[in-house]
Amino acid sequence: MSSEDAHRSVEIAARVERRWATIAVIIVVGMALLAAFAGIHRATMPQPRVEITDPSRIHLSGEFVESNLGSVLEANGNVTVRAIGQQYSFTPACIVVPADTPITLRATSADVVHGILIQGTNVNTMLVPGYVSEQLMRFTRTGDYLMPCQEFCSFGHEGMWGKVKVIDKTDFANRAKAGGRLSCVGQ
Amino acid sequence: MLANRKLILAHFWLAFAVFGFALTLGAWQMFIRSPIGTWLSNPELYYRSLTAHGTVMGYVFPTLVAMGFGYAISESALEQRLVGVRWAWAGFWLIVAGSIMAMVPIALGRASVLYTFYPPLIGNVFYYLGVVLVVVGSWIWVALMSVNLRVWRKAHPGAPVPLAMFANVAGSYLWAWTAVGAALELLLQIIPVAAGLKNTIDAGLARVFFSWTLHAIVYFWLMPTYIAYYTIVPRAIGGRVYSDSMARISFILFLVVAMPIGMHHTFADPQVGAGFKFVHSAFTALVALPTLLTVFTICASIEIAARLRGGRGMFGWTRALPWDNPMMLALAFSFVMLGFGGAGGLINMSYQLDASIHNTQWITGHFHLIFGGAIVIMYFAIAYDLWPHLTGRELIDIRLIRTQLWLWFIGMIVTTFPWHWVGILGMPRRMAYFDFGDPAIAPQALSVTFSAIGGFILLTSGIMFIVVLARGMRAPLVDAGPYRFAIAVHQPTTVPVALNTHALWVALMIVLTLTNYGYPILTLATTEGTSVPAVYVGAQ
Repeated sequence: MSSEDAHRSVEIAARVERRWATIAVIIVVGMALLAAFAGIHRATMPQPRVEITDPSRIHLSGEFVESNLGSVLEANGNVTVRAIGQQYSFTPACIVVPADTPITLRATSADVVHGILIQGTNVNTMLVPGYVSEQLMRFTRTGDYLMPCQEFCSFGHEGMWGKVKVIDKTDFANRAKAGGRLSCVGQ
Repeated sequence: MLANRKLILAHFWLAFAVFGFALTLGAWQMFIRSPIGTWLSNPELYYRSLTAHGTVMGYVFPTLVAMGFGYAISESALEQRLVGVRWAWAGFWLIVAGSIMAMVPIALGRASVLYTFYPPLIGNVFYYLGVVLVVVGSWIWVALMSVNLRVWRKAHPGAPVPLAMFANVAGSYLWAWTAVGAALELLLQIIPVAAGLKNTIDAGLARVFFSWTLHAIVYFWLMPTYIAYYTIVPRAIGGRVYSDSMARISFILFLVVAMPIGMHHTFADPQVGAGFKFVHSAFTALVALPTLLTVFTICASIEIAARLRGGRGMFGWTRALPWDNPMMLALAFSFVMLGFGGAGGLINMSYQLDASIHNTQWITGHFHLIFGGAIVIMYFAIAYDLWPHLTGRELIDIRLIRTQLWLWFIGMIVTTFPWHWVGILGMPRRMAYFDFGDPAIAPQALSVTFSAIGGFILLTSGIMFIVVLARGMRAPLVDAGPYRFAIAVHQPTTVPVALNTHALWVALMIVLTLTNYGYPILTLATTEGTSVPAVYVGAQ
């Protein structure tokens, strides 16, 4: 190969390579833009705010005392669910919520790190002691959903399964009339 | 011929011995929680095994491979005797001591906290100290790689650093810095509590520190594999490296952007705000770049080999590749697994899609496919390629080697594909038992059974690998000649300073880490009232 040929082949090689690098950069930037667009436009994003709470006092006062755990119908028609995870169960162990309703899940841990995952949905959050987890959710289908703890929380982890029961909107409204916090108990 | 063969062999043999041990535990775990296993009456044994499996596969095995390979690269690529051999042995023995120190409390059931620690769960203090010793041992290697390169530079002012060594040193710096996150978590948070000096800990802050280590450690595991892609494969199959500069740019990109992205592991966490989660998500997209560049360069490099062997046509050249060459086979399998694993990874790092698979079996499937599959199969290939140079003996079981690689590939696909699938169905991770009698869980039973069978295929392949290496210690003597690395089509005579030194890129890596982690860590560390009582594991 003459030196001129060698020079040309270097140029061609570099050009092909540059082209691929440009495509790769476009792919990467495209992915980031897509995520930003979906996050802003459709408001699909992980939990945005950081809230703290003291796990050694949650059973004494504040939002997560036992009498305040469960589902409550708010004045605006939305539902708020409050729950805690502790080794090795959730309270309430079975959450009841209405279908076709915006629901806010607020939860925390009383001891170690746990997680809440509702199977068949994309509801999935960590429960880290000291912090409050918040997730927005909406169920379109009534029925029972399994809700396992998805994070290792020591030797009983494999037994930590909760449930979510999604019931008809009007049934839920009727049950909510009596006041208090709802769970599957008494259904 | 390599001068310090004993040192390198010691690293490799220890690496593969602990690998065999952890692989056996892994296969047992897959079996015992599957429908073909019977209910383990003491689930704690499962978590003991899981902790040992993760600790060995995450901290000990890949570190030893990177170290042994690093010493081999330093001697052969620089053509200079290793400086600091005594220190290298000290590092090796620190890893031995640390591994034993960590394994004893695990075996006794006093440290079943998994290799990811999960405070406020706290295990026996010796478990954490053992991990620290392993890391300190590996840091000696980092220092030695830097020193050896410096000595070489003095003797060869301005000369281009051989690609293998350039990448090797980049990998060592990446490891040194990424290990700092877990080191801070251990030294500032966990060990004081495990030693009884404190009894509260900030679990949220600990998770952020750990995410600093948790992602870039994967790229440290990946480094030997990528070095093999660029500097061994083309030579072994008779090709050339398409572009030396692009290779350097890829390793630099890994060094810079592998670090400030770890918070995509905390998307579902309550202690980090949405802003930093997004920043880390975007940076994680960026880390796909060096892999995309690598796939291009390596495919082009093997195309060169195929065309030199008479291959023709747009894709027809693939037929001319030496498919019976173990290195070619390993590379092809590795790329297939990297492709699937990488696609899964894009889902994990996605700001939106992560929620549907976070902490499900999908994640376990994902990193087994990438690490156990794409990365470890190249560790096998590296060992096969280096072995004659380390033992002075020929590896004669070529058919066995090919069968071993095939089985590892098949085993990995059979294990991880159903594993991904049950993850999509919402099956949670790290559970000793599943009630497959529950109608909601029953549909997952078949997939889990397949995974368990795949685990045994992998175990078989792992045993074959060790048999090949052991037989290689007693095979006929052969003069393997000097150990060589692939050369580029246009071998560089001069390289720009930026592509020949690491200082600028290490500085950038540190700055990006500080911008992406500094604020979240400072805020969490200065927020009052976030420390929670420790929960001691295995306490009687």
